[in-house]
Amino acid sequence: MPEITVDGERRQVDEGMTIAAALISGGERSWRDTRNGDRPRGMFCGIGVCFDCLVMLNGTPNVRACITLVEDGDVVRRQSGTGWTALLEGVGDE
Amino acid sequence: MMMKRSRDAVVIGAGVVGAACVHYLVRAGFDVTVIDRGSVGAGTTGAGEGNILVSDKIPGPELDLALLSRQLWFDLIDELGQSAELDPKGGIVIAHDDATLTHLRKFAAEQRDAGVIAHDVDPLQLRDLEPHIAADIPGAVHYPQDMQTQPMLAAAHLISNAQRSGRLEVLTETEVLGITRDEFGVVTGVNTTAGSIATPIVVNAAGTWGGQIAALAGVDLPIWPRRGFILVTEPLPITVHHKVYAADYVANVASDDSGLETSAVIEGTRGGTVLIGASRERVGFDSTLDHEVLARLAQQAIAVFPVLGDVSLLRSYGGFRPYTPDHLPVIGPDPRAPGLVHACGHEGAGVGLSAATGHLIAQVLTNTTPDLPLEVFSPERFEAVHA
Repeated sequence: MPEITVDGERRQVDEGMTIAAALISGGERSWRDTRNGDRPRGMFCGIGVCFDCLVMLNGTPNVRACITLVEDGDVVRRQSGTGWTALLEGVGDE
Repeated sequence: MMMKRSRDAVVIGAGVVGAACVHYLVRAGFDVTVIDRGSVGAGTTGAGEGNILVSDKIPGPELDLALLSRQLWFDLIDELGQSAELDPKGGIVIAHDDATLTHLRKFAAEQRDAGVIAHDVDPLQLRDLEPHIAADIPGAVHYPQDMQTQPMLAAAHLISNAQRSGRLEVLTETEVLGITRDEFGVVTGVNTTAGSIATPIVVNAAGTWGGQIAALAGVDLPIWPRRGFILVTEPLPITVHHKVYAADYVANVASDDSGLETSAVIEGTRGGTVLIGASRERVGFDSTLDHEVLARLAQQAIAVFPVLGDVSLLRSYGGFRPYTPDHLPVIGPDPRAPGLVHACGHEGAGVGLSAATGHLIAQVLTNTTPDLPLEVFSPERFEAVHA
């Protein structure tokens, strides 16, 4: 059973789940704030088209949670705005 | 069959140049019909970056046109009451080595003599202007007058503003089938897929397709396509503050080489995406996507802004710039077909030069002395070459 961390918290998830499924099964409804207006976003289309479910995965922003399968050790983080602010300031992401 | 109607002028092409012609003609009191076989801004207007530049202009007629146009753009935005995302962000031209830098500085000095504001910047000043720029660039020139607009938005605002006057008819998804002339060769009207229109004036603002429109009136106009691709990154916080491009870009634009030429051209947009160009190829109207060109553009951009190496691309787009044998646009009446007036062939500078083009066309058609001499832009200048 793969183990991932979501905003620093460890979770056991099922093999073959998408990141979105893992987040929803953990009770999450939204995991991103929009870059204009900080409005909450989660899964919408579920088929990789709408780019609403973006998440920070292993330090890479803008990963579509709905079409990306979990892998053991994945580090999933909530994304704010473009997801690039901290990265571009050289602050880095843990 | 629709009823035959009569208009003061017909503008062919609803790109940004046609839209500017429409704006100034309607303002001068003309009843105008604008015709486009696609939609507003669907051709070259929608295939570029929306630049209004002076930095890439060699002193001479095109720079004079660019300086006039830049001023007119501010008036246009005021009149429209719509910003069209006009951003006077300024441009930065970078040199990759000392030899290029010497050449760039000399070029900038000549431009300064012609009225351009251009500041030489050293690597430290460059870092202040563009914090993410590569550390190994020996120097650059800053051009605060360079601007960018959202060109499709600008064209749409110009057209809808003219429509509110009640003097503009817009025929999109309509093709011009012929331009009719009387026994003296004078233009009498156009035949379109939406019927015939009688008019004494046809403005050819068909951009890259301007040669084909001229041919409908029986005259030869050497305008050919030059293909270019642009990459679009995912939205970022403001990372690239100016239009930043390599000094070899100006040489590439002026080049007559038919092969592939690329130079790094990088700039942000209001929406957060970064646009990466620029490629130039003479391959006719072949729009096939070329991944090798895209890869080269990406590599060149990363060399200037290393941080882009980790950023994903969302998409790419491409289009055709209209170029002429001397790389100058064709602006003004065509004496070979009285009534036919050209406003096309602006290569990659159509957005920037559109305001002055529309303004000058309206001056000519209202018998006002144009603000700039038009001989150098005359369609007849190619006759000697073609004879």
